[in-house]
Amino acid sequence: MRNLLFEIWEGLLISYRALKENKVRAILTTLGIVIGIWAVVTMSTALKGIDLAFQQGVSSLGSDNLYIDKWAWFNNEEPWWKLRNRKNLTYDEYEKYKKLAKLPIAIAPSVFTRKTLEYDGARVESAFITATTSEYLQTTNFTFAAGRFFNELESKGGRNTVALGFELAKQLFPQGADYAIGSIVRIGGKKMKVVGVLDKQGSWVMGDFNPDNQAYIPIEFLFKNFNKRRRKSITINVRAPNSQSVEAVKEEAIGIMRRVRGLAYNEKNDFSINQQSGLLTQINATVSVIQIAGFFITGLSLFVGAIGIMNIMFVSVKERTREIGIRKAIGAKRRSILGQFIAEASLICLFGGFIGLLFAGSSTFLINQWLPASIQIDTVALAFTISILTGIIAGFAPAYTAAKLDPVDALRYE
Amino acid sequence: MNENIIKIEHIAKVYTVGIEKVYALRDVSLEINRNEYVSIMGPSGSGKSTLMNILGCLDTPTSGLYLFEGENVSDMNDNQLAEIRNRKIGFVFQTFNLLPRSTALHNVELPLIYAGVRKAERLERAKIALEKVGLGDRMEHKPNELSGGQRQRVAIARALVTNPSIILADEPTGNLDSKTGNEIMKLFKELHDNGNTIILVTHEQEIAENANRIIKIRDGLIESDTELKKSKSETENVNA
Repeated sequence: MRNLLFEIWEGLLISYRALKENKVRAILTTLGIVIGIWAVVTMSTALKGIDLAFQQGVSSLGSDNLYIDKWAWFNNEEPWWKLRNRKNLTYDEYEKYKKLAKLPIAIAPSVFTRKTLEYDGARVESAFITATTSEYLQTTNFTFAAGRFFNELESKGGRNTVALGFELAKQLFPQGADYAIGSIVRIGGKKMKVVGVLDKQGSWVMGDFNPDNQAYIPIEFLFKNFNKRRRKSITINVRAPNSQSVEAVKEEAIGIMRRVRGLAYNEKNDFSINQQSGLLTQINATVSVIQIAGFFITGLSLFVGAIGIMNIMFVSVKERTREIGIRKAIGAKRRSILGQFIAEASLICLFGGFIGLLFAGSSTFLINQWLPASIQIDTVALAFTISILTGIIAGFAPAYTAAKLDPVDALRYE
Repeated sequence: MNENIIKIEHIAKVYTVGIEKVYALRDVSLEINRNEYVSIMGPSGSGKSTLMNILGCLDTPTSGLYLFEGENVSDMNDNQLAEIRNRKIGFVFQTFNLLPRSTALHNVELPLIYAGVRKAERLERAKIALEKVGLGDRMEHKPNELSGGQRQRVAIARALVTNPSIILADEPTGNLDSKTGNEIMKLFKELHDNGNTIILVTHEQEIAENANRIIKIRDGLIESDTELKKSKSETENVNA
């Protein structure tokens, strides 16, 4: 063991010396690996970032939530044109469900609409408005940068109060969240008082549905001013006490909804119960496709780098045939020569990996502007492992060629 | 001191070129004892290089027996031969064969690396060897910063550093002018006087005569094997 370590160490020293003596070549060869590792590391941090963002986005929905809806998020059961013919979910049905449901800890109806928001010259065209009740807050994990959600009184009375998502508030009130509280904004032409500004939820996954870009108004206000009670289908947001009880809540909801909607035993559900776990499955499938594609493409660049190393190592072996002859003549065994050239390739790759990591560090910094990306210690370890492995694999064939050179022929080589 | 270091019996080496068989060595037998100073002579194509390669364990014979200090090396594998070369044989080549970008010290240290000697001891021994050949002040120079004679001295130091049983020199003066060549030959004589066994391969009679015994090779056979009647004291007289 001690001897083996000694040989590895001496092999590394010999190859370090050889690299120092061939600086330009070593640097050029390194380039391929630099780019390869750069690509792989950047890709892997970006992918992790995407994944994390998705997870965060989805979990901001709350893992204990169910959404009773006319539409299915993933309609594996029925084609969309059939879903379209379903009856709208009505506010009445919501109220009946709310009365009958025993398990949920919070139930809130919600209707999406789009309205233009204005404040003092600042304007956001057709922003997403969620019209709901005060109980909606209990179905979310919202926290507030300033103020509060509209309260029960305001909710029931359909008072002209609004809670703004973080980004929306920023656009209307560059002065800050505190300034926004108590200000009067115009939503679809109606004057409304800002009672709260949400903390940044940061879930870009949901796109425009992201709470950051939404305004929350009492559903009664919507019915009074914009929509008739029955015009739009309602989504019923249901929160289960905990994730273990989600299934029970779901079963109960199906039962109640079938009853409320008067379905016969042989009729299919004419509503859907959506939940984030379905969304997660969908997203995970998408992410893994992106991951496979990403790793394949970046792996390819690493592969090209490895071929570069192999090529240069072959040239190097050819060029140093005489040196190999000398080394063998004075007693280098096959494995010493093999080790020397593999160590050389690995050192090049390790160095390349290091530089590649530095580059990847800066590109990760850039990516971090959009995605929650950072280089973790395991990524660093992975990068170095990949580098060394690449070196060993790419270096093996040339090293083997060198190791089995005949000393007499090698010494004679000009 | 008449211990047998090299003993070869009926060595032949055959190369196959296409369908033709070329005999580099046909049937060579010889013995070399400790502290001998032997010249192997012959014109090019005589088989002397092949004989040197076999004696130096760089190559193995097609047939015949080769005992090196009693060990049968004729059917050793690559790694075993490498070990023999490393421990028992010091090579000096016509073209010096130094690593061009390494310092004299590293060149001399190299065989000890492959022998598994630790760094501190290695450097110590390499320095001693370089001092022995008169290059104590050139250790950090690279081959291209040294003259031909100095390069050959580095090569000799490298051959000496492992305390080998024999020193095998292949045309050591071939790339040197005659004055430098003579200095190198003087160095070999000193080494011989200090107890080293030296085998010198050359095609020059004048160089060959530095040895105590001349073996002439022609067409793959030993043509003659002559003892030159030179005792150790005579050599010393010549040096003086």
